[in-house]
Amino acid sequence: MTSQNALIHSARNPGMPLDLDWVMGAHVNKSAVERRVESLPKRRTVKKEWQAAWLLRAVTCIDLTTLAGDDTPGRVKRLCAKAKQPVRADMLSRMGLDGEKVAVGAVCVYPNRVHDAVEALRGSSIPVASVATGFPAGQTPLPQRIGEIEQAVEAGAREIDVVIARNYVLTGDWKSMYDELKQFRSACGDAHMKTILGTGDLGTLKQVYQASLVAMMAGSDFIKTSTGKESVNATLEFSLVMTRAIRDYLERFGYKVGFKPAGGISSAKQAMAWQSLMKEELGDEWLMPDLFRIGASSLLTDIERQLYHYITGHYAAKHHMPMG
Amino acid sequence: MSTLLEIFKSMEYGPAPEAPDAVKAWLDEHGRKFGLFINNEWVMPKGAKFYPSVNPSNGELLAETTQAGQKEVDAAVGAARSAFGTWSKTPGVARARYLYAIARNIQKHHRLLAVLESMDNGKPIRESRDIDVPLLARHFYYYAGWAQLMETELRDYQPVGVVGQIIPWNFPLLMLAWKIAPAIAMGNTVILKPASYTRLSALLFAEIVAEAGLPAGVVNVITGSSKAGSMIVTHPDVDKIAFTGSTDVGRILRQQTAGSGKKLSLELGGKSPFVVFDDADLDGAVEGVVDAIWFNQGQVCCAGSRLIVQENVAAKFIQKLKARMEKMRVGDPLDKCIDMGAIVDQSQWDTIDGWVKTGIAEGGECYQPNIPLPENGLFYKPTLITGLDPAAATVQEEIFGPVLVSLTFRTPSEAIELANNTRYGLAASVWSDNINLALDVASKIKAGSVWVNCTNLFDGAAGFGGYRESGFGREGGKEGLFEYVRPIWMERPRPEFTVDSKWGEHTPTFPSQPTTGRANGHSLPPIDRTPKMYIGGKQVRPDGAYTTTILGAKGKIVGQVGDGNRKDIREAVEAAHKAHLSKPGWAMRHGFNRSQILYFIAENLDARNAEFVKRIVEMTGRTQKSAGAEVDAAVERLFSYAAWADKYGGTVQETTLRGITVAVNEPMGVIGIACPDEMPLLGFVSLMAPAIARGNTVVMIPSQKYPLSAMDFYQVLDTSDVPGGVVNIVTGDRDHLVKTLVQHEDVDSVWYFGSAEGSYHVENESAANMKRTWVGYGLPRDWMDREQGEGHEFLHESTQVKNIWVPTGE
Repeated sequence: MTSQNALIHSARNPGMPLDLDWVMGAHVNKSAVERRVESLPKRRTVKKEWQAAWLLRAVTCIDLTTLAGDDTPGRVKRLCAKAKQPVRADMLSRMGLDGEKVAVGAVCVYPNRVHDAVEALRGSSIPVASVATGFPAGQTPLPQRIGEIEQAVEAGAREIDVVIARNYVLTGDWKSMYDELKQFRSACGDAHMKTILGTGDLGTLKQVYQASLVAMMAGSDFIKTSTGKESVNATLEFSLVMTRAIRDYLERFGYKVGFKPAGGISSAKQAMAWQSLMKEELGDEWLMPDLFRIGASSLLTDIERQLYHYITGHYAAKHHMPMG
Repeated sequence: MSTLLEIFKSMEYGPAPEAPDAVKAWLDEHGRKFGLFINNEWVMPKGAKFYPSVNPSNGELLAETTQAGQKEVDAAVGAARSAFGTWSKTPGVARARYLYAIARNIQKHHRLLAVLESMDNGKPIRESRDIDVPLLARHFYYYAGWAQLMETELRDYQPVGVVGQIIPWNFPLLMLAWKIAPAIAMGNTVILKPASYTRLSALLFAEIVAEAGLPAGVVNVITGSSKAGSMIVTHPDVDKIAFTGSTDVGRILRQQTAGSGKKLSLELGGKSPFVVFDDADLDGAVEGVVDAIWFNQGQVCCAGSRLIVQENVAAKFIQKLKARMEKMRVGDPLDKCIDMGAIVDQSQWDTIDGWVKTGIAEGGECYQPNIPLPENGLFYKPTLITGLDPAAATVQEEIFGPVLVSLTFRTPSEAIELANNTRYGLAASVWSDNINLALDVASKIKAGSVWVNCTNLFDGAAGFGGYRESGFGREGGKEGLFEYVRPIWMERPRPEFTVDSKWGEHTPTFPSQPTTGRANGHSLPPIDRTPKMYIGGKQVRPDGAYTTTILGAKGKIVGQVGDGNRKDIREAVEAAHKAHLSKPGWAMRHGFNRSQILYFIAENLDARNAEFVKRIVEMTGRTQKSAGAEVDAAVERLFSYAAWADKYGGTVQETTLRGITVAVNEPMGVIGIACPDEMPLLGFVSLMAPAIARGNTVVMIPSQKYPLSAMDFYQVLDTSDVPGGVVNIVTGDRDHLVKTLVQHEDVDSVWYFGSAEGSYHVENESAANMKRTWVGYGLPRDWMDREQGEGHEFLHESTQVKNIWVPTGE
């Protein structure tokens, strides 16, 4: 086996032919994974201005999300306003970030709400991300799933968060998973494809790793843990396995694939644990919104409160932070 | 200093220091000068000499501590002795409450202990906070439980007495817990001497113990140099020594305590293998390496310091490892954002650096990551040396620093061979996702702890300790209790002897003149029997071709035996090893098979009962009845160990690991056994049977005075399906033969039931390769009594515990 690394490309991951030998030869040891994620947040921590800076950086990586049955144009509009000004201007100023553009990474909505979001964000550079392909379960006929992508792109979504059909992973039908994702990617066109593995539905960490490889070989721009609707969502264990797959893919083919944990990340402390994971396992580039997103809805408020505490030394009240 | 905006763009880490204020306040409270903690009080000797405690990360003087002298050692031993009277009689349930209170109190002062430990030792606060101190509390909880249960679960045992405990500087608090908790749980009292570099946490611990209400004198902490250590070790009123530290110091302690009747447990050095197969989770294994060799700056006796990787993944693994090393952060031990802190002392730093230079001189390729170190303080980069051969000193010797050497292998059997190619045997780590392979390799590596797909895991419920020159005795688990108890019938041996420098020397023998009972020529003389040794399942003539004539009780010639020499012992040891290598080797046979053979021996011995009785009467002049009882007891004893052959395999340990931790009672290997003169048959059988029942092969030296029963016994062995080489019998001058055995580097243990002086020599000589010994100190033992003549003590001596840790989960 070669130990030579591939040349690093700056272009978007074009996908690769399905290498089943690589997929089948995967080894992921669960207890070793658990020990790493248990110790990592205790080996790495940031305090004071470093913490504030890291949290602000985390803000820029948030895919500010609303994926609910009661989403309305008004709700989406309010969320988009928050996306454009996630941290109060007076607070940014007191942190010495006057004039620095601090906005979230994207706003993430259902296909039916893409139009509302695009309108609300017009004039900003914040992309709209749309979930698609029968989100969250992926149990819809293929033409409809592809149709959803096309409609979302048509409506102006620049990122499509697709869900894989988990049945392919559970039955080991990597070829079908790969073929479907290739079609999704093709339907995305210039929009970036963020592939949700639904890790909480998968049986083992090894399957998470294998599914990550297949998703990247099929041309994913990002791989993402969860829909937020599984009983277990983003965990550091899943994330470690996926980041290692991203690293292995980079070493082999030279393409950088982004990572997005989603679901259940609601505290600033959690966000920093994920940031440490990205920095340690992948590198500083994966701390920036090009390659790292956090799918979250309530995280932002907690970060604002921590920033407030950093600035004033006082613990903040939730109702002092503008609602999204 | 970076601005927030700059950090926002660079995403660098920054300092994240733990505050030292509480520790400084505690040190100030003591005027930064500490006396000795004796009888729950601070004792400041008049005209005391002091020794500085320095923070190795910045050179700051933390405090000064006292150098104890003989007077202070005597006072501490006196305090412990006086406390022993009441503490040993305090009911277990009461002792349990004290230990429980200590555990609780440790948790109450968790952070103070952790910060002090990091400041004094240089280890990262993450480790002292998340590993050392939690384990410290855990050990006291665990052994509080054994104190609670002692009277019912260990009813055949009593405490040892006053225990001297000497601990190293790498885990000052954890080592203290491993020593003190089982000792006081079993009713002993303690004098603890922390290492010179790291004395402060033991002193804080002493206050915590006193605060918890432990009666005065049960735990005494005295600080001092190695001279004070020697004073404890040689103090006549100390009943046991427990030591963790270097193999060289362990050797000295073995010699200093030789023949004294003091119990001794030693946890010494290591060069532990870290074996990675091609079907391992390589990223997981890389993190394992981080935990194995860069935990505590590599200053860990069980550090996985020899990386052994399968050749077909070696390049990939080393590449991953190097990339990982670039992410390591070395810095202020109190910083919560580092992986490695400071080396404990300049001298240790120099030693480490010297080894790295040696490794390079030996042809190794040295890799150190391009990471910053603090400008001042004793820091060392994580270091990897590749391209060395097994013969390199850097591969063989313990470095005790953050330096990993790597080798490659092709097949599982080669991996095992390389893993075992060391004089040490403390720990090992095996990485493979194939359970069959991983467990097979784990069972074949000679080490006291084997971690499968993990490394450096510890828990109160699992024993820790070495094979080979890594020492003997276990700390942790139920097995750890036996270092702190002795059988209820046994008093502390206080043997008296004078040392003869000619011990073990021997002039070959010549014909004896019988005083009576010469053949008179009228009756038919018996057919002459040529005396032979029994080696490798064959009767062989003694190498030296000298013969000893055995006279019976009435001076009559009762037989002749070969006068064995060094070469006979050499041959016997070779044969004993071969018996392990044949397929299936003796140790690899299942217990059922060994029990069948022991039953068969018993059956055949019983069939010749009358003949053996006659022989004993002839040799010893004892009555027919007495000899008959001895033969009957020997048959019973064989039955007992036939029973034990499949009932002492080990236990499942209830550690905090999710998975399985198994304590396996493995055979020692080859045991040399010098038998007592009393009970020539029963003594022989009582020692041979447990050893072979548990899978050892043996070299037996029968009673020198009455060897003929043993020689008759080989005919019993020959007819009982005992594979050749499992039992070897060499007759002759006992001390001469045992001297060769104890000096033999490939004998794993020596048992000696000869004189007090001989016991001294056996213990003293064993220091050369730190082999385990079991000696009788020339004291009588009632071999007819089942309590004294068989059972757990014998099984314990026949085995060494290996704890195999197997995490589960997919």
